[in-house]
Amino acid sequence: MSFQPAQRLRSKDLVGIDPLTPEEIQLILDTADQMRSIAERPIKKVPALRGMTVVNLFFEASTRTRFSFEVAEKRLSADSLSFASSTSAVTKGETLIDTALNLEAMQPDFIVIRHQSPGVPHQLAKILRSAVINAGDGAHEHPTQALLDALTIRCRRGTLEGQVVAIIGDLQHSRVLRSNVLLLARMGATVRVAGPPSLIPIGLEKLGCEVHHRIEDCIAGVDVVMMLRIQLERQGRMNFPSPREFYDFYALTPERLKLAKKDALVMHPGPMNRGVEIDSRVADGPQSVILEQVTNGVAVRMAVLYLLAGGSGEPTAH
Amino acid sequence: MNRLLIKHARVVDPSQRLDEGLDILIVDGKVARLGERLEDKDASVLDAAGLVAAPGFIDIHAHLREPGFEYKETIASGVAAAVAGGFTAVCCMANTQPVNDCAAVTELIRSRAAAADLAHVYPIGAVSKGLAGEELAEFGEMVQTGAVAFSDDGKPVHNSYLMRRALEYAQLFDVPVIDHCEDLDLVAKGVMHEGAVSTRLGLRAIPSAAEDAMVARDIVLAELTGGHVHIAHLSTKGAMEMVRTAKARGLLVSCEVTPHHLALSDQAVADSDFDTNTKVNPPLRSADHAEALIHGVMDGLVDCLATDHAPHHADEKAQEYDVAPFGMVGLETALPVTYDLLVLKRKLPLRLWIQLWSTNPARLLKLPGGTLKPGSPADITLLHLDRTAVVIPEKFRSLSRNTPFGGRRLRGWPAATIVGGRVVWQRERR
Repeated sequence: MSFQPAQRLRSKDLVGIDPLTPEEIQLILDTADQMRSIAERPIKKVPALRGMTVVNLFFEASTRTRFSFEVAEKRLSADSLSFASSTSAVTKGETLIDTALNLEAMQPDFIVIRHQSPGVPHQLAKILRSAVINAGDGAHEHPTQALLDALTIRCRRGTLEGQVVAIIGDLQHSRVLRSNVLLLARMGATVRVAGPPSLIPIGLEKLGCEVHHRIEDCIAGVDVVMMLRIQLERQGRMNFPSPREFYDFYALTPERLKLAKKDALVMHPGPMNRGVEIDSRVADGPQSVILEQVTNGVAVRMAVLYLLAGGSGEPTAH
Repeated sequence: MNRLLIKHARVVDPSQRLDEGLDILIVDGKVARLGERLEDKDASVLDAAGLVAAPGFIDIHAHLREPGFEYKETIASGVAAAVAGGFTAVCCMANTQPVNDCAAVTELIRSRAAAADLAHVYPIGAVSKGLAGEELAEFGEMVQTGAVAFSDDGKPVHNSYLMRRALEYAQLFDVPVIDHCEDLDLVAKGVMHEGAVSTRLGLRAIPSAAEDAMVARDIVLAELTGGHVHIAHLSTKGAMEMVRTAKARGLLVSCEVTPHHLALSDQAVADSDFDTNTKVNPPLRSADHAEALIHGVMDGLVDCLATDHAPHHADEKAQEYDVAPFGMVGLETALPVTYDLLVLKRKLPLRLWIQLWSTNPARLLKLPGGTLKPGSPADITLLHLDRTAVVIPEKFRSLSRNTPFGGRRLRGWPAATIVGGRVVWQRERR
């Protein structure tokens, strides 16, 4: 399976991986590859989005993703401003739709949104003229995370096709999982997932993955091990007994990592719960590409902004 | 003397096993005669050539929102929607503010309905005071004021002891207890049906087991008490099977299904990109459940159809999917949605479709109507079954527009609604 990259993105928005074709994913990754080189220059800035405005609307706490978007926006010379929910009108009782319409009245070109409710980017994309970029909607999607994960694997392995990727942890509450499964399956990788049976949503295999209960079965012989964060804040104590027991049965330890291929990549979307889903010896070990993921996050977000702004060809030349 | 002569109708009355071209003479609000080529020089004449005349359609499950939520719907706007949808009578649920849990509120509803003077309105009283699920409401006083059944609809009667006593006490008045069946612990703040679609969308989900568990309990209690339990808006194949078995065993268990649970599936949530008008309780189930409901209708297992008309203001629906309220309007789309699906596509005999909307609900709640036998109330729904039209929510009489059927092209619409011998609604001729 190989794809010719698309010429451009069909939609004005990036609400998820689900609406993307393999060709569009290829285009974003290829563009991101070029964006990576900008960060290696002495002056890490191109004028591609000069005069454009980006509003970063974060209704849910985020450090990494918000900063990553902000860095990407600045490197493309866009004017950007960021709202966190505690400082917005939402606390005064304004509805989400009103907040969005008010911001749009200031004529931004992009709205980057993170929200705890699934579907909010889709709802906004329908009513706003601005390009809406989903920076994470509840347990639904986190498309730029999946794209940066794919970019990281591709940089290391040259291709996504044929890679066997294990994704382990809290499958129920993870948007990273959903976007990754959709993307990797679409690009010809094999995805295996594992987690406590009480945290496996019904019909997960229909997204395009093999579902396992035990981490050992899941990671045997894989090329990539991606650990998910246990989202303690999203659940009571009926779903699994304790972080301690989770470590016992699911944490990626040096012993378990030996079951994967010898040079298997270790990934984590962050923030890590060290000593819960991942052992520090693995997180900081030679197979870890966790910080490369963060670096690639900026490149992927630059690519998405650039392409949605109508860019094509060489973003780096000017 | 008030006289109306309906000419040239195809009269389909399941209560008399009647399906033939007849005229209907109405005198003083009652059906006086059915016959061929009737003449009456004092009567005004309604030419019903090309139309079907059926006993007035009755919706036993609607939320008219008054008192308390008049910004969503009033009794006046609700009955206007009802008659425009072909209904001559509606039963309204008790989850108003204040709750319809005493004769004073029942009386208020009746008087507002009388003032609106369109469709009949039969109040359904609350099972528990304030819908709190703790103390039995005063069934007797409400029955004397006009309540026809009892329900905490909007939520289940979660306390099994209270449900048991309600099923026993209701026998004093020979009325059913209508239950909204869900185990709230299993619901766990879910907002759509649990399945492959909810997994893909990342929305908190409600398993069909939440409904099955409560239906099972209610059937056990119907057996224990000998009372009549009616399952509101039944939506799962498991519940349908349990009702089948319960009926076979002779228990007093009945059920209704809604147009939306028959015609839509959870895929509508994904296809509409999180349109909150697809959010309803019980949730739109997966297609296999919808199919089981259709089979239940075809098999005669489903006692009646009901809309669960649940108006909400546009501002409330313009929220995040998991925050927006549950519910959709149904009075003005129920007929074409069910006719198009059941009669046209699934070949349900017309007579049975009419029975499910008129004769059966009347018998179930012992309401006047459901028949065109001479001497019965002249509540008649005229149907233009060949009419194809697109659902336009902006034209609804209801104060609310929260429907997932907007833009759908459907066949089989009401043409006129006659209540007590008076034409209370008629489609404008172009």
